[in-house]
Amino acid sequence: MRLEYFQMVDRITTLDLPGRRIVTSCRVPEHSPVFEGHFPGYPIMPGVLLIETMAQTGGWLVLAMNGCARMAFLIQVEKAKMRSFVPPGQALRVEASLLHDGSGYAVVNANIVAEGKKVAEAEIRYGVVPFPNETLKAAMLEIARRVGLPEDCQNGA
Amino acid sequence: MASTYETVAGIISDTCDIEPDKITPESHAINDLGIDSLDFLDVAFAIDKAFGIKMPLEQWTQDVNAGTVTTDEYFVMKNLCANIDKLVAAKAA
Repeated sequence: MRLEYFQMVDRITTLDLPGRRIVTSCRVPEHSPVFEGHFPGYPIMPGVLLIETMAQTGGWLVLAMNGCARMAFLIQVEKAKMRSFVPPGQALRVEASLLHDGSGYAVVNANIVAEGKKVAEAEIRYGVVPFPNETLKAAMLEIARRVGLPEDCQNGA
Repeated sequence: MASTYETVAGIISDTCDIEPDKITPESHAINDLGIDSLDFLDVAFAIDKAFGIKMPLEQWTQDVNAGTVTTDEYFVMKNLCANIDKLVAAKAA
C-alpha cells in the first residue's frame, strides 16, 4: 500500500469470475505521513482508507467482469463497520463478492481480515461507465498489470 | 401477492422516504416525486432484487437522450410498472 498515492491494493491473490469473487492482499506501510495526523503518538489506519481499500478491491472485480472496458466509480457506501484498529505494518486480506450486476451500476459486499479476524466490512456501490478519457484507461491498465489482474480480464479495454 | 405497482410504490416509499399517499400511478418518479439519480439507483437495486430482473437503465437513458422517447415512458409509475412486467415476462419466457 502507498497511502499517499491511494495505491491500496498490493496484489490480487484470487479472482473467481464464475463465483463473482475477488481476494487481494494489502500491507499497511510501517511509515506514512498519514500516520502523523492519524493519530499523533497512536498511528492507526483511517477508517476511510479501509473503506477505500475495500472499494478498490471490489472495483477490480467489477473491472475484471467487464474486461476493463469500463471504469467503476465509487458512488455509495452502506453498512460500513470498522471493527478493530489496524496498525502500521499490518497485513490485510481483502475480499469482495458481487451482490448485483445492474445496468450501469454494481453492488459488492466487501470485508477486510487481519490475522484471521474481520476488521472492517461494507456494502459498496459503483457507477460503471465508459472510461472518461484515455489517460485514465491507460493508467488503470498499468495498475492492473502491477496488481496482477489476469491478461484475459483486460480484453475489453 | 402484491401487485407490481404496490411493490414498486412500497420500494419507493421506503427507499426515498416518501409518504405512500403521495405516490400514484400517474406520478413521475423524477418530476413529481423528486427522486434524484443516486436515489433512483437505490430504487433500481431494490426493484432488480425484488423482481429478479436487470432494469436496462442505460438503454432507457440512451433512448431519452436520443429523443426517441420521453422520460414519461420510463419514469411515470404506471409505465415503469408495465416495463417491469415486460422484463419479468421476458425472463420467464
